[in-house]
Amino acid sequence: MIKFIKVTKEYGRPEPALSDVSFHLVKGQFAFLTGHSGSGKSTALRLAHLAERPTHGEVRVSGFSSSRTSRRDVWKLRRKVGYVFQDFRLLPNRTALENVSFALEVIGSSRKQIVPRAQRLLAQVGLAPKAGAWVHELSGGEQQRVAIARALASEPLLLLADEPTGNLDERATRGIMDLFWEINVLGMAVLMATHDLELMRRHPKARVLELDEGHLVYDSAEKEQPEGRPDRSPGVLISDLAGEPEPAQEREI
Amino acid sequence: MNRSRPKKERSDVFYTIRETLTAFKRAPLLTGLSAAMVGLALFVVGLFGLATYNVQVYMETLEERVEVVAYLRDDATTEEIADMVRALTSLPEVLGVDFVTKGEALERAYRELPEFSEILTDLEVNPLPASLEIQLRPGNRTPETANRIAEQAGLYPPVEEVQYGEEWVDKLFTLRRMGAVTTTVLGTAFAVVAALIIGTAVRIAIFARQEEIKIMQLVGARDAFIHRPFLLEGGITGALGGALALALTYTTFWSVFHYLFIISWIPWEWVGIGVSSGIVFGVLASGYAVRKHLREV
Repeated sequence: MIKFIKVTKEYGRPEPALSDVSFHLVKGQFAFLTGHSGSGKSTALRLAHLAERPTHGEVRVSGFSSSRTSRRDVWKLRRKVGYVFQDFRLLPNRTALENVSFALEVIGSSRKQIVPRAQRLLAQVGLAPKAGAWVHELSGGEQQRVAIARALASEPLLLLADEPTGNLDERATRGIMDLFWEINVLGMAVLMATHDLELMRRHPKARVLELDEGHLVYDSAEKEQPEGRPDRSPGVLISDLAGEPEPAQEREI
Repeated sequence: MNRSRPKKERSDVFYTIRETLTAFKRAPLLTGLSAAMVGLALFVVGLFGLATYNVQVYMETLEERVEVVAYLRDDATTEEIADMVRALTSLPEVLGVDFVTKGEALERAYRELPEFSEILTDLEVNPLPASLEIQLRPGNRTPETANRIAEQAGLYPPVEEVQYGEEWVDKLFTLRRMGAVTTTVLGTAFAVVAALIIGTAVRIAIFARQEEIKIMQLVGARDAFIHRPFLLEGGITGALGGALALALTYTTFWSVFHYLFIISWIPWEWVGIGVSSGIVFGVLASGYAVRKHLREV
């Protein structure tokens, strides 16, 4: 599903944003990508979406390789990978239904199917009654649900989420996390960047990948922790978690 | 597969038109401002075109007065003059030859020089010679051609003297060359400035919708699919601007014509080129701006 093979990403600064990172997320897996601000979480997600290319190494996502996929063909990958942001990124001058319909329209869905499908997607995220509401009339949690519905428009195999609960209160966060798990149960892999320890504590079944200063310092699915740091110790965040997270059950295809 | 393709293409065209119209409807002020900027930029070009065209028309009027005059000896025979007229008329550079008799020359002098009418009346003998006025074809009214024809005319026996107003013809052509250089330099400068303004106006409109472009890329829209509504929007903005520039230029022409002095309206081909340039610059600027945003994501 996603495979990072010795990936390094440099931006011209002395320290690379990601350094020699390798991991493999399989179909149907739910994983948190954690670490402090600036640890490289967002860079990893952008690489997984081929919004950027690694300086060294290779990223493989759903059969697409960072070293072989041309810029012109990236749209094919994007239809297999949904993306959800912390700030939702909805079009403000459209309704919830129009935001989802817009995604369906630009990927070439037939005109007759667009509205019924958009309504079904909104129903799937629990927002059917608010389909006609303008974005500014929705709460943060509701806006994130619309963003998730939009991400699901192309029926992706993988959902990338960059701090999707970062702007939400406790109740909305729980709702969104429940939604992500429901989507995951349907077979979609989820890779969620977060630095919310409490969130990870509440979902011990998820795999945890921790980045620290661009290095992958902890992977709950590995018995032997990854190389890249001299002491191979978990970073500060994982050390703070109460108890060891249980390794997630992998469903290799 | 083959049967569904045209339907898909129709759907894309429909989407392109609808998205473009929706964009205008959602941000009418921005669209109006962009079109107004394009219109004002092209209006400056239109005014320049109007001025250039009228200077050109005036110069052509002056050029029409470039002619070679061969003054004839008083003893020249009618046959000699007729032979000379035939020979000169057959030259490719010559448009026509008019014979002016001594009497016609005196009448003209009365008419054109009224202050000398008393002196002319007191004359016992008409001192003015008969002449042949040789008009040159358009494109041959240059100092070089006028000089060559004058030399040729001077070789005929009945001719006493040939004149073509060397000094003012030379000045006219120096002026024309300066005019051509000035027109080219200023015209290029105005066109470049107009292109930059049109580019900026269209890019501002696209900048306001960059989030939309990012979302389209995010969900997997093809680049060509993202491009099309923006290209159409750029073209329509350019066309609206062109129409505004045409209206402003025509209003200026009408006002000058009716209240100041008589001028000519620019040829419609020039109008077509101006409005088309607005559309082309709009499309190009739009394509460039969208491409830039696409590369950033």
